[in-house]
Amino acid sequence: MELEFSSQAEERFQAILKRYPNTRAALLPTLFVAQDDFGYLSVGAMEYVAGRLELPPSKVLNVGTFYTMYNKRPVGKYHVQVCASISCALMGAHRLVHQLEQKLGIRLGETTEDGQFTLSEVECLASCGTAPMLQINDDYHENLKTPESIDAVFKPLLGDSKKPNQGR
Amino acid sequence: MRKLFTKCLDFEKPWDIDVYISKQGGYRSPKKSLSMEPSAIIDEVKKSNLRGRGGAGFPTGLKWSFLPKDSEAPKYLVINADEGEPGTFKDRLILEFDPHRLLEGCITACYTLGAHVCYIYIRGELRQCHARVEEAIAQARSRGFLGEGIFGTKYDLEIYVHTGAGAYICGEETALLESLEGKAGKPRMKPPFPAVVGLFGCPTIINNVETIACIPTIINDGGEAFAADGCERNGGIKLYGISGHSARPGMYEAPQGISMRELIYGDDFGRGIREGRELKGVIPGGSSCPCILPADIDVAMDFDSLRKVNSLFGTGGLILMDDQTCMVRVAATLATFYHIESCGQCTPCREGTGWLKRVLDNIEAGTGTPKDLALLKDVCDNIAGNTICPHGDAASMAVGSYLRHFMPEFEAHVERGGCWFPEW
Repeated sequence: MELEFSSQAEERFQAILKRYPNTRAALLPTLFVAQDDFGYLSVGAMEYVAGRLELPPSKVLNVGTFYTMYNKRPVGKYHVQVCASISCALMGAHRLVHQLEQKLGIRLGETTEDGQFTLSEVECLASCGTAPMLQINDDYHENLKTPESIDAVFKPLLGDSKKPNQGR
Repeated sequence: MRKLFTKCLDFEKPWDIDVYISKQGGYRSPKKSLSMEPSAIIDEVKKSNLRGRGGAGFPTGLKWSFLPKDSEAPKYLVINADEGEPGTFKDRLILEFDPHRLLEGCITACYTLGAHVCYIYIRGELRQCHARVEEAIAQARSRGFLGEGIFGTKYDLEIYVHTGAGAYICGEETALLESLEGKAGKPRMKPPFPAVVGLFGCPTIINNVETIACIPTIINDGGEAFAADGCERNGGIKLYGISGHSARPGMYEAPQGISMRELIYGDDFGRGIREGRELKGVIPGGSSCPCILPADIDVAMDFDSLRKVNSLFGTGGLILMDDQTCMVRVAATLATFYHIESCGQCTPCREGTGWLKRVLDNIEAGTGTPKDLALLKDVCDNIAGNTICPHGDAASMAVGSYLRHFMPEFEAHVERGGCWFPEW
């Protein structure tokens, strides 16, 4: 199937182009538009972006694979990203990861079978004073020191997993 | 004590332009600066003793004066909001709660530099900050503070947000420029320095968020008054983060030059170590700064004093470690970070950080040998000074400081065949 931006994505893309003196500089934000629109950043999606920005596909692939926030594989509806850097590590980030592995029934780096949760470790999220913490999609959840505080974050989301997946 | 950055937290919706103007007296400074000679503004910033708060501490006024005056090329101001140094969470406060203070500083800085476009490079992960700054730009635009002929003058200025995509190295200023140009974030060789050949090949000044957020105060109160809040050669009030095993971790505001002991133990600040335990080590300003011992915490928190105790002021983000902390594990955690975040461009950093990580993991797991301890020192020595950017140096200095201060602990891990400290 040929990829093409949805009308909303096209609108975002056009606004981005206006901010830079050349199309190359629009690459990082455009890759985010593609990721949001297509669900993840497949090689096909990167080729599509290359075409839209009139850049060699190799240059787009180079950038797409350099940065960690571009998901080259599909991720769950909820991407759970636990900060593992020193301040969070000192405050129990590894224990938090272990608790989440048990709670979600997956190992670090995996996605639940129903496609709801992906569990990742990431580096410092600038939330060191409220460690340990994690980010689910765009949202921060801080001070996760107790099982109760973790339950409070996941209860609404786990309930959601019983509903059929609406996709993105 | 005077507050600059945390005052906004006293108000509801401090990120709204009306709140910023009515409660904090916002956007007064451009009315003054836009009628000043750029050279007079630079003089005022020099007098303020403001030093770059991204970690390097370079005098801001001096940096601005490096921009070539005779160049016909467009000039750019780029704000480094790629906050990612472990232990550092100060710029996030400004971006999220006080974004107009940053924009107000950008207006004066751009005017001084003769820039008509400013990019704010915000870490991709900080979505909330991104939204707040975008909203603040739209509000400022609607008031005529940005756009064509700002504040009724003939000066035009646009500010755009650019988001990163997950790469610590983009906090290094030339990697940031590469990233802004749509490339992988790999640092450039210097010279040429960005002030001469920067963004899109044009003269560019790159400043940290907190640095630029100081500019409105310097313009309003004068450089000397700003300097007086700090200490010698380190002007102003500063944001300090306290994380790790503090009794009261968080973000605090205090003068440049306050004693580290006061920040760690003071009633107005961290109030000591959690559960009344003893302090074992402190990272003074983000993970790249060498660890110091409790015996040295009477040091003044400024860019010059920290060097006297073989460390660095960095970003002012203190990480405290109590007496239950395994320093091998700390070193291994840091080495892992620098290994993952190495851009891979220079062999000593790409390979060396991996060696550090693997050897430290082995020592922590109990499979280390006496030869490994010498190997760690050797790897550190072979990274330092042999790379394009300071990433490798940071890894080397950080890991080296644990070897220097806690070698008996490393040796005991090898002798005992592993770690005896409690899990984190």
